Amino acid sequence: MIKVSDVRFAYGSGFSISIDTLTVTTGEKVAVVGPSGTGKTTLLNLLSGIVVPDTGQVLLDGEEISGLQDHQRRQMRASRIGFVFQEFALVDYLSAEENVLYPYRVGKGLKLDRTARDRARGLLADFGLGQKMRRRPAQLSQGERQRVAIARALVVRPRILLADEATGNLDPANKAAALDLLFAQTDETGAALLAVTHDHELLPRFDRVIDFSELSQTS
Amino acid sequence: MNALYLAAANLRYHWARTIVLIVAAALVLSVPVLTRTLLAAGEAALTARAEATPLLLGTRGSRLDLVMAGAYFTDDLPEPTTMATSEEVWDSGLGIPAPLHTTFTASGVRIVGTTLDYFDLRNLELSEGRVFATLGEAVLGANAARELSLGVGETILSDPENLFDLDGAYPLEMSISGILEPRGTPDDDAVFVDIKTAWIIEGIGHGHEDIIVEGEDAASAAARVVQFSRITPENEASFHFHGDPNGYPVTAVMVAPYDIRSETILRGRYLDAEGPVQAVVPSDVIDALVARLLRIAALVDTVTVIVGFAAALALGLALFLSWRLRAGEMFTAFALGAGRSMIARLALAEVALVLLGAALLATPVVIALSSYADIIVSRLVAFGS
Repeated sequence: MIKVSDVRFAYGSGFSISIDTLTVTTGEKVAVVGPSGTGKTTLLNLLSGIVVPDTGQVLLDGEEISGLQDHQRRQMRASRIGFVFQEFALVDYLSAEENVLYPYRVGKGLKLDRTARDRARGLLADFGLGQKMRRRPAQLSQGERQRVAIARALVVRPRILLADEATGNLDPANKAAALDLLFAQTDETGAALLAVTHDHELLPRFDRVIDFSELSQTS
Repeated sequence: MNALYLAAANLRYHWARTIVLIVAAALVLSVPVLTRTLLAAGEAALTARAEATPLLLGTRGSRLDLVMAGAYFTDDLPEPTTMATSEEVWDSGLGIPAPLHTTFTASGVRIVGTTLDYFDLRNLELSEGRVFATLGEAVLGANAARELSLGVGETILSDPENLFDLDGAYPLEMSISGILEPRGTPDDDAVFVDIKTAWIIEGIGHGHEDIIVEGEDAASAAARVVQFSRITPENEASFHFHGDPNGYPVTAVMVAPYDIRSETILRGRYLDAEGPVQAVVPSDVIDALVARLLRIAALVDTVTVIVGFAAALALGLALFLSWRLRAGEMFTAFALGAGRSMIARLALAEVALVLLGAALLATPVVIALSSYADIIVSRLVAFGS
């Protein structure tokens, strides 16, 4: 469960956002919409501990993120948060399987073992990429890359899944398929999903839609 | 291990860039080592040869030219002295002289006209055949025989001085009587002949048919003289020399004094700065040359450091730019829980792998070239000009 209260964060450039309150419960699927440049990505960075608020609290399962040391926040990100990026952010020199295992290669406190490998292969097989695990991103289609990116976000069984324009580069069929995968996996693991999107066609499928311009004050 | 794995995967994927980096780093690493190795080998080869040559006599002039021509058979020839210089040493009873005539070449290899005493003074041994016994016979150094693919019983032709100089030296075909054991010295790269054979090549001695017939004057007869271009048992007796043998030219005279006292007396005899002949202790000349080489080596070291620094900066820039291109990957890694130390380990692992690759590439090259350093240096020294 995520709980944000009275958070204020300002960049050195002067851009700042303020959020009075935001709660995402376990297993909930929340879409965040709003105009570009209003701080939606900053919200994801605050929730994942990439940046810490100047004031206020961000709680993940009751634990205050801003109170953690840097290495603790990294460990938390590695083990409890899954990211799906807009441009997929796959590593070009690694195969699909190694991309899925990338969090184990770089994430603090994660150990790459047989269980992790089996989990990665299982996800790729479930996503229809069982025959393409050895291929590099350049050898995959857009939809296939997105599925690899989703598998990478899910491989550590995160408690919260953050998706930043995760379907922005996909055609309608692949958008629906990607969302199906995300929903199915979050249903299976009970993870909360917070997805920033501009795609209004997908909004009816979420449990709740938050208009970020109403949620926060930016300056 | 994860950093190493990712670094290796990245380098493997960008293999062309990696090869360029590794080759560049290998060059930066190996050039100073090779330079040092060759300089050390050169110094050792020069010094060893000089120390094995007790005393050289020759026409007063450049001491270095005399030593290089007399001990290393280089192309820089001093003004010749005469055979009288060698005979005077014999007559003095102070040491054993070996006259050296190094003016000519055969197939690009230096012809050294000398006496059999030279073989004793240098402790040269034959691997096959025998030493020269008659005019026109030659003994080849080991390298010369190998490179010219010549063996005992075959022949070698001296190089003409100038094709258009009718009065110059004519090629002489010499039969090979023996091949020397390799010694790792300039002797390996020479063709040894009796000094009289060298004088025949120079035109001081020659052989021809007796062509004067009754009723003909000498001038008419000389016009149709056919000189022999090869010395055979049949025509050997016709070979003869003109003039006083003591006036025949020699490049240098190597002398092995019987003892220190003899050496001191000999050197004393040639101290007169106005005298036509000088006595040179090769190790003195070479020590001075080596000192200069070491100063040059210090300069080379400085240049190498500067070039190496520039190359390291260029390599660093290449890695930095490549790292900038991977900013997205680094952010992803950070978002997935990587710390700065992981990012640093990734960068270090890539640098370490490139350097390891460079070392693996440079090491066999350096070892191979170092093992041939003596040969390379002997070529540079013996045929340096």
